[in-house]
Amino acid sequence: MQTPAPFEYERATSVDGAIEALGRLGPTARIVAGGHSLLPMMKLRLANPKHLIDINELEELAFIRSEDGEIRIGAMTRHADLLRSELLAEHFPLFADAETVIADPVVRNRGTIGGSLCQADAAEDLSAVCSAAKAQVVIRGADGERVVGMEDFHLGPYMTAVGAGEMLTEVRLPVRPGAGSAHEKVERRAGDWAIAAASAAVWLEGGTIADAGIALSAVGMTTIHLTRAEELLTGKPPSEELFAEAGEIAAADCSPSADGRGPIDYKRHLAGVLTQRALRRSTARALNQEA
Amino acid sequence: MEISMTVNGERVSREAEPRTLLVHFIRDTLGLKGTHWGCDTSNCGACVVLMDGEPVKSCTVLAAMCDGHEIRTVESLESDGELDSVQQGFHELHALQCGFCTPGMMMTARALLDENPNPSEHEIRTAISGGICRCTGYKNIVGAIQWAAEQEATTRQEA
Repeated sequence: MQTPAPFEYERATSVDGAIEALGRLGPTARIVAGGHSLLPMMKLRLANPKHLIDINELEELAFIRSEDGEIRIGAMTRHADLLRSELLAEHFPLFADAETVIADPVVRNRGTIGGSLCQADAAEDLSAVCSAAKAQVVIRGADGERVVGMEDFHLGPYMTAVGAGEMLTEVRLPVRPGAGSAHEKVERRAGDWAIAAASAAVWLEGGTIADAGIALSAVGMTTIHLTRAEELLTGKPPSEELFAEAGEIAAADCSPSADGRGPIDYKRHLAGVLTQRALRRSTARALNQEA
Repeated sequence: MEISMTVNGERVSREAEPRTLLVHFIRDTLGLKGTHWGCDTSNCGACVVLMDGEPVKSCTVLAAMCDGHEIRTVESLESDGELDSVQQGFHELHALQCGFCTPGMMMTARALLDENPNPSEHEIRTAISGGICRCTGYKNIVGAIQWAAEQEATTRQEA
């Protein structure tokens, strides 16, 4: 029987209350959101918090809204709500691409965007989605808020910019014209982790790619930000040749390990192909020409 | 700690450790053994119950998280000796063999039909994709859910 080791439980009734509790209880306290990553880790004793601060009741963190030229998503927004959001579907369709293949519909009723990002599992889809979409996250602590770009968010495996006594409260997606985005994932069976996945976003301006975001899941120790491929695309008109070149960079710049999901060369190949597909679909969407 | 919730319409209040998982609270503390405890890793779906009307995997939810919430288990489907149409569908279409996945499958199906009374086969297959059946395959389960949907559509028409 898998049961977590004993811990003390308290339920936060506000974000400030949760941060106060983190400060009061110290480093052995953890925030629990949907719990679908943390509780399995606690069962396996890979995580052993002495205190859990439950933020599931914080309705103030469950929202998807348009504000100041951004789409803002509260940390407690569940996967099922990300999948249902018309606002996200309109501006960032890569979210729905990813959400249809993240775990299964029952798990998606509990798991949250904040929990997924803070778990920072390299195989997790939303970290790549948010990186490609050039999201910023709001991190709140006792001394106030700071805003961190996804490029500075992943510090290592399961390590993020969220520090001691802090919690992630919001994800912000700047809305810019000419946008198209897509997420491509290959998994062994429904609901499994990715063998590899690629997220892409492009912003077109007068026939050229003004900006691009590309990130990979499951092919390295952390989410891979494909900076070199982004630089390659920027300022050029989109083309199949360009996407193929970006795919070659993806295959070269990832660092997969061999496991039950496949050998290294297969995963590199997959990363390249999925990057190419994600860019092709992103561009078609930006041009409203999706097949 | 004291944990209070509504289970199958009845208010319950019990002492339990904070680490108690909902599946064990339901089965061991409340003695409702209809909910099955399977893989313990949120993969198999045998432990699905409804929390505030939404299906959740009770092996990966703390009982403490459900304090003040409403839980519905497979025991609530039958009332006064009359089977829920989902149960009847499983019976008619022979949608179980060993029966281990059945409570999770039926609760997932109940939630699906509550939200979407006329699901396509694809929608049914997506909805139950978090449940694993190792006996019948999924064909009869899908058929049973379709049977229940049709049955309920007929009942609505007659009403």
